Amino acid sequence: MTTPLLDVQGLCKRFGGLTATDTVDLALPEGELHALIGPNGAGKTTLINQLVGSLEHDSGSIRLDGAEIGHLPVWQRVHRGLARTFQITQLLPDFTPLDTVMLAVQARHGHSFRFFGNARNDRKIRDEAMQHLDQIGLGARANARVGDLAQGERKQLELAAALAEKPRLLLLDEPMAGLGSAESQQMIGQLAALKGKITMLIVEHDMEAVFTLADRVSVLVYGKIIARGSVDDIKSNEDVKVAYLGEGDV
Amino acid sequence: MSSEAIAQTAPAQPALALRLIVAAVIVALLIALPFIGKALGLESFTGLATQVLIYAIAAMSLNLILGYGGMVSFGHAAFFGVGGYAAGILYFHFADKSDFLGFIPGSNALLIALPVAMLVSGIMAAIIGAFSLRTGGVQFIMITLAFAQMLFFLFVSLQTYGGDDGLIMRRRQILPYLDTRDGTTFYYIALAMLAAWFVLTFCIVRSRFGFVLNGMRQNEARMAAMGYAPYPYKLVAFIIAGMGAGLAGALMANYLRFASPDMLHWTKSGELMMMVILGGAGTLFGPLLGATALVLLESFLTAYTENWQLPLGIILLVIVLFSHGGLSALIRRFMPGKP
Repeated sequence: MTTPLLDVQGLCKRFGGLTATDTVDLALPEGELHALIGPNGAGKTTLINQLVGSLEHDSGSIRLDGAEIGHLPVWQRVHRGLARTFQITQLLPDFTPLDTVMLAVQARHGHSFRFFGNARNDRKIRDEAMQHLDQIGLGARANARVGDLAQGERKQLELAAALAEKPRLLLLDEPMAGLGSAESQQMIGQLAALKGKITMLIVEHDMEAVFTLADRVSVLVYGKIIARGSVDDIKSNEDVKVAYLGEGDV
Repeated sequence: MSSEAIAQTAPAQPALALRLIVAAVIVALLIALPFIGKALGLESFTGLATQVLIYAIAAMSLNLILGYGGMVSFGHAAFFGVGGYAAGILYFHFADKSDFLGFIPGSNALLIALPVAMLVSGIMAAIIGAFSLRTGGVQFIMITLAFAQMLFFLFVSLQTYGGDDGLIMRRRQILPYLDTRDGTTFYYIALAMLAAWFVLTFCIVRSRFGFVLNGMRQNEARMAAMGYAPYPYKLVAFIIAGMGAGLAGALMANYLRFASPDMLHWTKSGELMMMVILGGAGTLFGPLLGATALVLLESFLTAYTENWQLPLGIILLVIVLFSHGGLSALIRRFMPGKP
């Protein structure tokens, strides 16, 4: 059996009396698109934050391609091939989309302790960044100010920046949140095009998107995975229905 | 494609030409200033202008971390003072024919004093930065302030070097072929140093390093998510800024022939911050404009009233409140082609 690309075992995180992540196991083989769903407050973003390293876990292990990465800082995990997008977009408001993606490309080209030469004029980095923007459909807005972008464009830029890191594993935290239905369809199309090329873990409330895209689905409730399986398995699972619709009479 | 991106920057060319013309006028004015002063019969003019240039170097160095890097350091005068004392102490041991710490000889050469001042300030910045940059926000402001005050009291207590009376230099340190005692010559020395620091800042902010630093100011979480560790970039910027302030301090000590604990006082840090914010944080010419405005306003208002700080405060408040980005934003509004 080949080692899964992402292998999470017994991951735990407590905030005082609240167990936000309760012995979570998660294994993603290379190329899989795995969806993580669950009601509000189930601990989905908390789990993502532990995977990328912006939140320290209490116990358990996180392995990427067999190597333990659970105690590396965020930026080192990025260099190991782990990229993320944020639920609430985290962007550089004074820069342009081109600047943003150029920075993401630049990060892959070794350190940035270079004090001379105009960074924005670097042809190689510029062209590569432009390709990523075109791929995601933001090419025409490359020189707008990020602070002036619409919500949908910001979500696209988050994705373009993540892809520019050339990740092996991409963690998407609610990529459809705040998007209109046309924008959602566009995002679903873009993710579908990436499917199989990059391993993805996607947290999403939009069930249509989840059921269209996912190979497998895990359901997280109160920090615990209560069900896991194919889209059809999850659709017919009684526990999931109860978790989503509430217990007893509805 | 990428050709589109380039095409969109093309219309900016006339604005660029205008900016170059404005820059050329500023440079010409700065070069001609001592002669203009003499022609108008204003003897103190050159001296005042020299102080403006020296403060502009210090403000420009602070602007690198405050304006471009988003690090609100409230202790920048520490490096200004340390640079001043480095020059002063070198001169003291030269005049005294003794050795600092028993083995470092003194010197009266400016070509030694300036690099030494920058080195010592840089080391100081590395130490202070290493601790303070582990925090952020209000804690960072308070820790930089605390370090600066610690150094202030250190120099107050150093009786060998004048204690709270400060350290007087009998003469300015010397340069080969130039007479540093001449006011006009010293003005041009300060101008050359300002030009050098300006070019260095210009290079840094558009380089890869400056690109990353600017990103850090806007969103550290985003930069980390793209693979940049914030700490080393911020620390290097902090050290460069400290060295710039050290250079300015050594020049000021030589200009005044006097280094005193006042150079490290927190009010001096506040003045430097005011220059940056008044002129326009995160702009190349802002610190020079801010230093000019503050020094001129101060000397102009003190001629009229003892309570000059009140009108100064009101003027600063009005400019900062209504210019949306300081004097450079105000000027930019009257230039075509720039948003």
